[in-house]
Amino acid sequence: MMMKQRLFYLLIVLISISLNGNSQDFKTMDYEALKPSFHQQNDTTYVINFWAMWCKPCVEELPEFEHIRKSYENKKVKILLVSLDFGSNVKERLTKFLKKKNINAEVVILDDPDSNAWIGKVDQSWDGALPATVVYKKENRKFFAGKITYSELAETIDNFNR
Amino acid sequence: MKKVLLLCFLLISSVAIMAQGYKVGDSAEDFKLKNIDGKHISLSDYSDAKGFVVIFTCNHCPYAVAYEDRIIDFDKKYKKKGFPVIAINPNDPAVVPGDSFEGMQKRAKEKGFTFPYLFDAKQEVYKNFGATKTPHVYVLSKDKSKLTVEYIGTIDNNYKDASKVSTRYLEDAVNSLLMNKKPEVTYTKAIGCSIKTKG
Repeated sequence: MMMKQRLFYLLIVLISISLNGNSQDFKTMDYEALKPSFHQQNDTTYVINFWAMWCKPCVEELPEFEHIRKSYENKKVKILLVSLDFGSNVKERLTKFLKKKNINAEVVILDDPDSNAWIGKVDQSWDGALPATVVYKKENRKFFAGKITYSELAETIDNFNR
Repeated sequence: MKKVLLLCFLLISSVAIMAQGYKVGDSAEDFKLKNIDGKHISLSDYSDAKGFVVIFTCNHCPYAVAYEDRIIDFDKKYKKKGFPVIAINPNDPAVVPGDSFEGMQKRAKEKGFTFPYLFDAKQEVYKNFGATKTPHVYVLSKDKSKLTVEYIGTIDNNYKDASKVSTRYLEDAVNSLLMNKKPEVTYTKAIGCSIKTKG
């Protein structure tokens, strides 16, 4: 009896491990929950990118963020990739996609379909076209509409830390 | 001194470049673009229209796709009231193959588009309008041949789920115009796919 019970628990543990392996547990949030990420008052420089898997220029620039993440690993730089993907199995699809592209930066899912209510809060000048990126450190802030390169990112980060 | 003048000139011209595109209240220029049936269409062809709902959209963008049924429903309801939908694909198919002219024909047939679906092959019309993404909506009113931009932005406040929409910006704007009033909300923002160009 004891043996059977143990086996049963073992089985449950194994199943849950294998399920976790299939899809990472990304945080899904609305803009209110994401908002504090744009207003941190510490020594870290934050790079926040809005993207989606289906967005071609977004996918093309992902390696630039990964490159930044690696070369600034020991400095106070934090990359946050805000995915606007939606639809069925989005977490599973994201997991596979990021693994394939070898992207290891933190990813959260922004699920807030009333986008008129929050786009202007990210930046006054942004009208909602993807991709878009905010780089900030305390009160220093720069917004980029459209694709961004490693050197633009590096220059901005270095400027904020001069 | 010459340098200062040159700098001023550069500054002014760069501001002018940035300010490209229509704002609410501007008058809009007509255009002539090829429809999926091969015929060219201009807004001046619609002598009975009270205005137009020009929507920059495309085949590949999930936001555009999410709105297809709502655009069809809108057109069915408002075409007979004098505000037909004119859809325009602004993307360069060399960048996004799915947005080719053939792709447009195919998608329009699959979905049963009730409105013209035009191809901005030279990518000039979207620049005139100042569209940046798909979908991107411009409501124009028509007074004789004069076209005026009355609303720029999104269709409603939920791209994901039509059943959860609580504010219909586009319908509200057109309903106001039909009552000879100016729309209350004239500008909204929405997430969309950036317009694809080689440049």
